[in-house]
Amino acid sequence: MSLRIVVTVKYVPDATGDRHFADDLTVDRDDVDGLLSELDEYAVEQALQISENADDAEVTVLTIGPEDAKDALRKALSMGADKAIHVEDDDLHGTDAIGTSLVLAKAIEKAGYDLVISGMASTDGTMGVVPALVAERLGVPQVTLLSEVSVEDGTVKGRRDGDAASEQLEASLPAVVSVTDQSGEARYPSFKGIMAAKKKPVESWDLSDLDIEAEEVGLDGAFTKVETATERPARTAGTIVKDEGEGGKQLAEFLAGQKFI
Amino acid sequence: MAEVLVYVDHVDGAVRKPTLELLTLARRIGEPVAVALGNGAADTAATLAEHGAVKVLTHDASEYAEYLVVPKVDALQAAHEAVSPAAVLVPSSAEGKEIAARLALRIGSGIITDAVDLEAGDEGPVATQSVFAASFTTKSRVIKGTPVITVKPNSAAVEAAPAAGAVEALAVTFSGQATGTKITGRTPRESTGRPELTEAAIVVSGGRGVNGAENFSIIEALADQLGAAVGASRAAVDAGWYPHTNQVGQTGKSVSPQLYIANGISGAIQHRAGMQTSKTIVAVNKDAEAPIFELVDFGVVGDLFDVVPQLTDEIKTRKG
Ligand SMILES: Cc1cc2nc3c(=O)[nH]c(=O)nc-3n(C[C@H](O)[C@H](O)[C@H](O)COP(=O)(O)OP(=O)(O)OC[C@H]3O[C@@H](n4cnc5c(N)ncnc54)[C@H](O)[C@@H]3O)c2cc1C
Ligand SMILES: Nc1ncnc2c1ncn2[C@@H]1O[C@H](COP(=O)(O)O)[C@@H](O)[C@H]1O
Repeated sequence: MSLRIVVTVKYVPDATGDRHFADDLTVDRDDVDGLLSELDEYAVEQALQISENADDAEVTVLTIGPEDAKDALRKALSMGADKAIHVEDDDLHGTDAIGTSLVLAKAIEKAGYDLVISGMASTDGTMGVVPALVAERLGVPQVTLLSEVSVEDGTVKGRRDGDAASEQLEASLPAVVSVTDQSGEARYPSFKGIMAAKKKPVESWDLSDLDIEAEEVGLDGAFTKVETATERPARTAGTIVKDEGEGGKQLAEFLAGQKFI
Repeated sequence: MAEVLVYVDHVDGAVRKPTLELLTLARRIGEPVAVALGNGAADTAATLAEHGAVKVLTHDASEYAEYLVVPKVDALQAAHEAVSPAAVLVPSSAEGKEIAARLALRIGSGIITDAVDLEAGDEGPVATQSVFAASFTTKSRVIKGTPVITVKPNSAAVEAAPAAGAVEALAVTFSGQATGTKITGRTPRESTGRPELTEAAIVVSGGRGVNGAENFSIIEALADQLGAAVGASRAAVDAGWYPHTNQVGQTGKSVSPQLYIANGISGAIQHRAGMQTSKTIVAVNKDAEAPIFELVDFGVVGDLFDVVPQLTDEIKTRKG
């Protein structure tokens, strides 16, 4: 039986760009170039490796996002994913983590799955909670923040390097996995992969395809509200000295002045 | 007065510092009721009482150590039902965020993660967050359900505020999902004897400029003179020079110490994301154009192999 893998990927504003907020205090996604979240490339990579080691597997990449989010899907397809699903609806604008998890869970169920693989966190929101929320909604085990993952005989195993200990985890499929940037370098799309991606199917779904009401998502459905967003004042220019043989002592003098020594 | 649930992060009964900081913040909103789970849960009570917990709800079962995350969510949900709190506060560790998120979903609430401050507001607690690699500061509220908020370490001072801290057993029934993800093995982290990276008052970090695992002894020597924790950039970690647990940045630890000393680190946005809220920032870098210098209170343009040992010696001398 085929192993159906769904990879959730997010289209995010480039972190090296000048990210800011729009007037409605949502993340401005128009003025900064977007891309497939680098941390989700690791999820795509692990999905491809698992699929390569399975007899028969299919990798579907799934994103919720505006029109441009197709770029993220195309990148994942050119890395080697088989097909893509784009959930796009004007009413999704401003959806928070709770709402995102609802839409993802509904879409994952509609697509059909044995294994969901997510990134450790999105590089814009950086909450790192969506995979746990999706697992809660789907009612399947969460096997998250793995730096090593493998699937065999309907069981997913992995290593989670936590604060206090490194843990070996194990769960039966279906399950939701998330992987860290320690899980292994993501491959670059080959020229052949980029050409092939153009012919791969990309399905578009809106809220009605998922039986979700507009009020459940978007800014109206949000469970949290950003009330103010202010740019952090630029740090006042510090003192910079060139080491002419006394740099360490000058630094010690500064630290002593600040009462650190 | 309204009660505020505080999830206790502890190791066999030893309460970790971020939880005590949460108690300080919780007291701004109401009366802290602590929830301590697992081995040693009841041993946390004395410390928690000293810092303001009016009650300590405890429960121990093997499930907490044998299965991932969900048993703790079940327990926190039981505590939420028992107490009907004004808010639930959880330390912002990777696990803390997952527990908090699943709880929020179950109780029909919103979640705010990685708050760096918390105040009482007319319409419920207002959380301050630092976003986009700390280039923006936002204030947010949970507008549906009981606010569930995770708070980063070093966001408040630990304060003594003696309270009753009465221990009560929490009744917990585990859900069907509780045993979904089995923990089949656990290798505890070896203690270095240095402060915990996220909790330390001073962090001394090394990057690609340190140029080799063996050279990290220079960074460690400075850290030890200052009683500091040691951090590393991803470049240093990826090169295998220092463990990933010490990585500072977007995909490592986020630190907010009184003093951060960056040595041989260029200051890429992903590194800044994890240290930009440090109170005082110092850098040593041989490239005067390195972006890290945009952040510093004091910077030395120079070779770290000259500057850092000299600094370490000078501190030693000054301390006599
Ligand atoms: C999705 C993603 C997540 C990431 N997460 C993180 C993260 O969590 N943490 C992180 O740190 N990075 C992270 N990065 C990587 C980040 O982009 C940078 O590549 C990294 O921070 C660079 O580390 P560095 O400053 O040590 O190395 P470099 O950028 O190579 O800088 C080394 C610096 O050392 C200086 N130097 C060299 N020799 C000496 C000497 N003898 N004396 C003094 N100075 C010297 C050089 O002038 C240079 O400025 C992430 C990247 C991505 C894409
Ligand atoms: N809009 C989205 N579309 C698809 N996947 C998402 C979206 N938002 C979050 N995710 C997934 O959830 C992970 C964690 O996101 P977060 O909890 O927002 O930090 C990401 O790495 C993605 O795999």
